[in-house]
Amino acid sequence: MQALTFRQLTKTYKNGVQALKGIDLEVAEGDFFALLGPNGAGKTTSIGIVTSLVNKTGGKVEVFGHDLDTELAAAKTCIGVVPQEINFNQFETVSTILVNQAGFYGIPRRQAHERLDKYLNALQLWDKRNAVSRTLSGGMKRRLMIARALMHEPRLLILDEPTAGVDIEVRRSMWTFMKDINTAGTTIILTTHYLEEAESLCRNVAIIDQGRIIENDRMSRVLRKLQTEVFVFNLRNPVASAPDLPGYQVTLSDDHTLEVEVSKDQNLNDIFSRLSAQGLEVLSMRNKSNRLEELFMRLVNQDARSKAVGA
Amino acid sequence: MFVKTNLVGVNTIVIREFNRIIRIWAQTIVPPAITATLYFVIFGSLIGGRIGDMGGYSYIQYIAPGLIMMSVITNSYGNVVSSFFGAKFGKHIEELLVSPLPNWLIVAGYTVGGVARGLIVGGVVTVITLVFTRLHIHNVLVVLSAVLLSSVVFALAGMINAIFAKNFDQITFIPTFVLTPLTYLGGVFYTITLLPDWAQHVSHANPILYMVNAFRFGFLGASDVNVGLAYAIMIGAAIVLYAACVWLLQRGVGTRE
Repeated sequence: MQALTFRQLTKTYKNGVQALKGIDLEVAEGDFFALLGPNGAGKTTSIGIVTSLVNKTGGKVEVFGHDLDTELAAAKTCIGVVPQEINFNQFETVSTILVNQAGFYGIPRRQAHERLDKYLNALQLWDKRNAVSRTLSGGMKRRLMIARALMHEPRLLILDEPTAGVDIEVRRSMWTFMKDINTAGTTIILTTHYLEEAESLCRNVAIIDQGRIIENDRMSRVLRKLQTEVFVFNLRNPVASAPDLPGYQVTLSDDHTLEVEVSKDQNLNDIFSRLSAQGLEVLSMRNKSNRLEELFMRLVNQDARSKAVGA
Repeated sequence: MFVKTNLVGVNTIVIREFNRIIRIWAQTIVPPAITATLYFVIFGSLIGGRIGDMGGYSYIQYIAPGLIMMSVITNSYGNVVSSFFGAKFGKHIEELLVSPLPNWLIVAGYTVGGVARGLIVGGVVTVITLVFTRLHIHNVLVVLSAVLLSSVVFALAGMINAIFAKNFDQITFIPTFVLTPLTYLGGVFYTITLLPDWAQHVSHANPILYMVNAFRFGFLGASDVNVGLAYAIMIGAAIVLYAACVWLLQRGVGTRE
């Protein structure tokens, strides 16, 4: 079964901005799905429509087979959402926010308290259960929103930039938590600007740009589409100019650092042996940028170029 | 299943609203109590003694129902307008909008919250009234039904104000420039028979006149308006405003993009 289906989804705002231009998308049950795109691409609008915070202009949305137009309450029951912006009552305590949230989904208070214990412990917020929410740190507020979204144990969890502004340690622990939730059967849709996050967590990805899906495939297949990668080599001794490596594009960043663009049909062993033959000793090596980030930029730029040609 | 879900949901809104009223009691309960006390001291005891009878009752007895109703109206309105707009402003209204609770229950939950504050404050003002004068009750059912209906009407009116409001100025504009003048000119402090004919006719266009007089009829058995007409207006206004609130939420006016 599909957890989420978009059919020709369109959204035009009152000011005339066409945020979505007929999107088709399917997210399978149990998937960990990345929805990526630059700012203003239509990600948050799409999520807004699914969660009914934004009225669609046209098209069809189904959540676990429940049509948003005809079975709104049933569809909403399946969804938990962690929005980009903090949107809980900052004057209420952590416990109150969670118990109320459960109540809005028809979960009695006693059961809500059991779930509160479970999720506050899992998200390391138990000590803060009686704290007024505005006193929490940024990372804690993010975790509180995740706990809140899980209180009714949704089948589909939508995370819109869940780790924005969160330090790396907390981010990593949130990744582990999200993986566990997904393994337990919850379908997750993630939007993020940390493409490393999407690459390490998500099995499938859709890239949206200017209201259109420009890529939608398995993460591994999408990454394979990347023809070249740039590797950075740190050398032990300084060099005056870039060494001659026929077949490779080599640039010298500084006298100790080389950048070599390697295509899929080339290999690193060959580069090492050639550098060795020229007496150059490599101390360390790394990717110049995140692979998904590079692909993302290429796809978005390619899409912009093709539109410019079309125009 | 949906019935149980909805019951728990609306109950959650009501509990949340009630807790909010109690949590900020210094803003919700104390100011109207102080205001009512000042009215009774100044208009009831000091000036009222020199005014003499009004409508066959001592002035303080005459204005007591109106002052209780005034506090109920302003607090029912004020509770919903501030709570709902606050939720919009802080974006936590989204908690409700993404939930499966139907809009008609969201409106009902906020309305009950507004009525709760109206009745709590009304109760406090009634106790203060009893410090200054005796309250004769002509018909307890009229007293209770009139206060309840008025409270519902103004809670719903507050919600409409909050739905349309885009900033804090817009939630104070209506109470300051519309609600307060209508309340003061709605027969709280005088019988409209004291007014010239044209002013009496104009007063009949003021819905608060009917509410105050229906309520006063419950206490004193005296009214400037037909009590049956007053009920028709209150029930009609409640139905129209409730339908309007649900429709506005359904359309997403002020709440969805």
